[in-house]
Amino acid sequence: MSSLVKKYLMALSGIVLIGFVFVHMAGNLQVLLGQKAINSYAHTLQSLPLPILWGSRMFLFLSVVVHVVTAILLIKENRAARPVRNDVEVTKRTGWSSLNMGLTGSILFAFIVFHLLHFTIRLIHPEFGEWETRVGSPDNTEIHDVYRMILAGFNIDLVSVFYVVAMFLLCRHLAHGVSSTFQSLGLRSECWKGRLDLAAKGYAWIIFVGFSIVPVTVTAQKYGLFSLYDPDVFSTSALRP
Amino acid sequence: MKLTLKIWRQSEQKDPGRFETHCIDGVSEDSSFLEMLDQLNEQLLEEGVEPVAFDHDCREGICGMCSLTINGFAHGPENSTTTCQLHMRKFKDGDTITIEPFRARAFPVLRDLVVDRSAFDKIIQAGGFISVRTGSAPDGNALPIPKDESDQAMDAAACIGCGACVASCKNASAMLFTAAKAGHLNLLPQGKAEQEKRVLDMVSAMDGAGFGNCRNYGECSASCPKDISLDFISKLNRDHAKAKLKKLFS
Repeated sequence: MSSLVKKYLMALSGIVLIGFVFVHMAGNLQVLLGQKAINSYAHTLQSLPLPILWGSRMFLFLSVVVHVVTAILLIKENRAARPVRNDVEVTKRTGWSSLNMGLTGSILFAFIVFHLLHFTIRLIHPEFGEWETRVGSPDNTEIHDVYRMILAGFNIDLVSVFYVVAMFLLCRHLAHGVSSTFQSLGLRSECWKGRLDLAAKGYAWIIFVGFSIVPVTVTAQKYGLFSLYDPDVFSTSALRP
Repeated sequence: MKLTLKIWRQSEQKDPGRFETHCIDGVSEDSSFLEMLDQLNEQLLEEGVEPVAFDHDCREGICGMCSLTINGFAHGPENSTTTCQLHMRKFKDGDTITIEPFRARAFPVLRDLVVDRSAFDKIIQAGGFISVRTGSAPDGNALPIPKDESDQAMDAAACIGCGACVASCKNASAMLFTAAKAGHLNLLPQGKAEQEKRVLDMVSAMDGAGFGNCRNYGECSASCPKDISLDFISKLNRDHAKAKLKKLFS
């Protein structure tokens, strides 16, 4: 496979993931609107027709696989292309984020696995799956209590810290990735580079703040700093040690 | 000026190589970096030490023969400068300067600081030409070319093929060189006819020579003595994608 085809695959799978994180973040923020909003949103997603639900999940999974496999191939070839390193390693314009895409990407991959086990497959806390409520249900039947699950999930400080750190690394990954996508597809010019770099940085920070609000506010409420979430649910959401 | 030079020495391609330290005194601030190395070699000859081999030719910044990674920077820390045009006044008295060859698997070290850059010739042989009779120069304005396009083609043609882009790239990618050479011809009517074949063949020759992959850092353009713009890499990406798609569906 030619080096440029690998770059196109990296960019195209990246676009899917860039779009996904925004939609995911916007969905998450409904936790701030209360139990009803987030439960009903999650229920709507879960009740999508199976081909659409699993089709989109497979599409995302495939994008991650393409992104990771291509990254491994590129890094392997790049290391082979420079067998002897320079004694003095310096850069004229490349920043930390660009140089460490492999590092931030690897930690993000580990985060995705943890996150799926935590909130989607719920292997880490199997009791999350058993929590049901009528709040947010369209027909007054019992539905999964996502609100309580999120509050419980971020009740453990170490988990909240890991989420916020991972989102900071995502922010750094996007700061290089978003603008680089345009260059790889041949859609960037020097004239637009400054604007695209700025837009990429802005996007990266929006994603970081949007994702970090929930773990940070849950932790803040845990330590009694303020009361944003339903105190009744909050008191029942603390996990047994 | 008194300087300490930490220089890469390697007797032949198979030798693993090592650094050697030499002190040099009485260097004029007005001498070029290569003249300073000439002075060092004279000193080494007097001491009975094998002189340091390095590449050089025109010494006026246009031939692309000089190389050297100086303190980690290809052609030294100055922008838009070849090593031969780098002057010692850019350094301070008492400095220690690390001098290494242009490092890449595709540029094997032949001796000391001399590397074999014929991998670039392979890329040129794959598509850096137009398949027409090259007779006498055509009449001026016989072939109208828009001013901005001819300017862009000239900007790409400014590439002297020195290899600083490869040396400064953390991944030893030759994308800026390939993009400049392909872009220069693809922008002009004489070269447009063979654009698709050219980009596919040149990229394939580039990959085959063992260069790394572009990661869009831009170190190449920042180190380029002729300031070749990243726009040409973007254009190569675009032209290559179009050619690949066309080939796929034809």
